Amino acid sequence: MTGDKKQEVHTHKIGVYLWIWGLLFVFSFFSYMVDYINYQGLLRWSLIIFFMLVKAGLIMAIFMHLYWERWAIVNVLLWPMTAIGVFIAIMVSESYYTFFTRMFYFVVGS
Amino acid sequence: MEESTTTQPIVIPPHIKGNKGVAVDWSADQKTFKGVPWGKAMMWIFLVSDTFVFSIFLISYMTVRKSTKIPWPNASEVFGLHVGHYNVPLLLIAIMTFILITSSGTMAMAVKFGYEKRRVPCAILIMITAFFGAMFVGMQAFEWTKLIMEGVRPWENPFGAPQFGSIFFMITGFHGTHVSIGVIFLLIMARKVWRGDFDTGKRGYFTSMKSDYEAIEILGLYWHFVDLVWVFIFAFFYLW
Repeated sequence: MTGDKKQEVHTHKIGVYLWIWGLLFVFSFFSYMVDYINYQGLLRWSLIIFFMLVKAGLIMAIFMHLYWERWAIVNVLLWPMTAIGVFIAIMVSESYYTFFTRMFYFVVGS
Repeated sequence: MEESTTTQPIVIPPHIKGNKGVAVDWSADQKTFKGVPWGKAMMWIFLVSDTFVFSIFLISYMTVRKSTKIPWPNASEVFGLHVGHYNVPLLLIAIMTFILITSSGTMAMAVKFGYEKRRVPCAILIMITAFFGAMFVGMQAFEWTKLIMEGVRPWENPFGAPQFGSIFFMITGFHGTHVSIGVIFLLIMARKVWRGDFDTGKRGYFTSMKSDYEAIEILGLYWHFVDLVWVFIFAFFYLW
């Protein structure tokens, strides 16, 4: 235990970063291929979201060292993101309403 | 027993895993995240707030796109490039994605060398990161120029729903601004590391405080965040 105010410094082998770098390349290539092959519909969405979340997870966990960070700070960072989820849900229903009123007044109501 | 408590140095609570660690940290005296440099905690707080800003942009994009009567432009075609006789979809965006990921990788290694106090490889890797960041901004400028020449404006465009332009310029513009600011700070930090400011304890110009290689990790957090945001923009704006 160091009496110093600094936390124990942990460095990792350079191979860790090279591996993650490579994985990010591979997943970016996959998500690009989704567009290139031109998948549509549910398959496209689920693949895009899946690759996006994997890439985001790798960047946050390894590159931003969140995996080795104190659990308290991880909680502080990730819990506020639920508010974004709630906001997305609200705005989805709002956009349906806007679309409905547009259709109603532009098409039916004219 | 009483004497020993007064003479003992303040011991940082060890990194307790799980929810118990959260309780220990939040019930601690003086400050919450013991052992975490305040600059790093503040950078995380800033990044959370910045996440909200980008989320609001992306959510407004979603709302606009879901509620428009006119079909949304096909990003695959709009951002495609002609290579010889072929029409390659999203080619420039894919290259930009790979460049930004590469810069993130070099930054992660710069942070590693920074913590090992290896001044020269750290500075060189930060310079490489800044170079890739500048390259990214350059390609974005090219993309903007191309679309503006094709008649994309914040209020109209020849491809489809008129909201496309305003969303595109706002989201990519805000992200590009982040990258540009990041490049400036990378160059400043590369100079500091190269000169050995963190080894000699030279005081900073603005803060007149001594800094440490922690500053590199804090800068790294910002840079990885810029990459992280691009992952979401790439998925939702370009691929969707």
